[in-house]
Amino acid sequence: MSRRLSWSISLMLLPAVAFFVVFALGPMIAAVYISLLDWNGISTPHWVGFGNWAKAFTDSVTLHSIFLTVQVMVLSWIVQTPISLLLGVFLAGRQRYRALLGVFYFLPLLFSAVAIGLIWASSMLSANGALNSFLQAIGASSLTNDWLGNPNIALYAVIAVIAWQFIPFHTLLYQAGTRQIPQVLYEAARIDGAGTLQQFFYITLPQLKYTVVTSTILILTGSLTYFDVIYVMTGGGPGYATRTLPLQMYITAFQDAQIGYGSAIAVILAVVGVLLSLIMIRLTGFGRMESQAEGL
Amino acid sequence: MAVGQSTARREAAKPARLRRMLPNPIPLVLGLVWFVIAFYPVYYMFITSLRTQAGFLSGSLWLPPSNPTIENYLGVIQNGIGLYFLNSAFVTVISVVLIVAVSLLAAYAIARIRSRVVQLTFRMFLLGLAIPLQAAIIPIYVLIVRIGLYDTLYGLIPPQVAFGIPLTVLILVNFIRDIPNELYDSMVLDGSGHFRILWNLVFPLSRPALITVVIYNALQVWNNFLFPLILTQSSNVQTLPLALQQFQGQYGVNVPGLMAAVFLSVLPIIVLYVVARRQLLGGLTAGFGK
Repeated sequence: MSRRLSWSISLMLLPAVAFFVVFALGPMIAAVYISLLDWNGISTPHWVGFGNWAKAFTDSVTLHSIFLTVQVMVLSWIVQTPISLLLGVFLAGRQRYRALLGVFYFLPLLFSAVAIGLIWASSMLSANGALNSFLQAIGASSLTNDWLGNPNIALYAVIAVIAWQFIPFHTLLYQAGTRQIPQVLYEAARIDGAGTLQQFFYITLPQLKYTVVTSTILILTGSLTYFDVIYVMTGGGPGYATRTLPLQMYITAFQDAQIGYGSAIAVILAVVGVLLSLIMIRLTGFGRMESQAEGL
Repeated sequence: MAVGQSTARREAAKPARLRRMLPNPIPLVLGLVWFVIAFYPVYYMFITSLRTQAGFLSGSLWLPPSNPTIENYLGVIQNGIGLYFLNSAFVTVISVVLIVAVSLLAAYAIARIRSRVVQLTFRMFLLGLAIPLQAAIIPIYVLIVRIGLYDTLYGLIPPQVAFGIPLTVLILVNFIRDIPNELYDSMVLDGSGHFRILWNLVFPLSRPALITVVIYNALQVWNNFLFPLILTQSSNVQTLPLALQQFQGQYGVNVPGLMAAVFLSVLPIIVLYVVARRQLLGGLTAGFGK
């Protein structure tokens, strides 16, 4: 380990720093500046100070999209966490049939968000899609619905598809975490006469604490930025029913050409995202998180 | 005595083995339920892609069509999906090579040098992990327009590289730090400079980490939708995800055609999954499997 910053070392850092500063960090800082302008992207921008910010917190559409985003966050956590945890523990077992099922469980991971959105929107949830056909086939025609066209249901349909997309990823985390748990703990518990359920609640669950924290924060920060699936399936509609914050940002900046106002929304996204990530680092610490990677 | 003992042990082992062969029914049933939920949409997509457009609505929910057709695939190929494939491959290959090359150089410096500037640089990259792509997209759009790369495949590459760097650097730094110091010391004694050490020692030893970051970044770039959506306009520079989304408008009610396009777009990744499942899943959770 040397402490000297030599020319060759500077040369090694330079390309990565250049790309990162020019195309990621710089734009992030520029977004703060642009958020203080009234600008349509073409004409001369006008300085409006915190005008866009005031608007973001008073505009009913943006407030509604903040409300939707929080709903997506909370419901995604409630749906994805227990299912992923159970599936991860299930797949951590060494039975051969579980390994075989795992091959299929992870298939959704291979698809782009766009592909997932298209599969669900056009063949599963559409009016003549598989879900409605299935409900009719089992004699439950009254339950059929226009899943993505009904403003009271579209948000929940979107949350379900997002869960389908991301549960396999979190299952992988829980599978790796469960395999890290020392077998001696279970052996000791069995000697003490603990049954399967007791082992789950007194050993598996507490030992997965850090995995739960990591997965939780990834779900929360991820919910802030879910864009592709919603854009492809509903475009934010019907009406404003699924227009979460990232969609509101996109529509404001690129469809309504309000670059300044869109940037204010983008900065809100970033600030909340950074805060949630800082909490993640605070709660888990990179060092401790690393030790959980080995079960993969 | 010894024989008697081992027979007794075998007798005792029998019910245990039987129990292991017959799975516990509750997890088995729940496991099969999730199998249907996870796999059915993929399966339905595939059987739909083999249907004629006319037969789509009357088709069975479970069975493939009795007279499967490849006309949807031919239609999608005639519609030029090959070009979008090439566009995606071009952007993916160049972006991944750049991300891994510049990140490996930086990671070596960060792992080996304790100077304050170097460590501050590392902090800056870590901060980058928290920047959501959506939050920087508006200035990126303005920047790409200003430097004249709007609506070109080249314009997609620099932002992809910039957003791939933080996690790639973090994974590689963690890996390079684990290389034993003695190996470095012996190369330094031989008079090797940083670049030689990087090339002859770190590069070959880092292969597992490099595979992980290549897979992770390749999937990120291949599946990225937001950059092409915002940074391109013409159909001849579309990448696959954007082209798929546009197919949706073009094809309208031709769901079998759309599903054929979806299947073709994911085919390379399915092939990768079949031949290298472990590496692919490791690459997918790169940095988060922590």
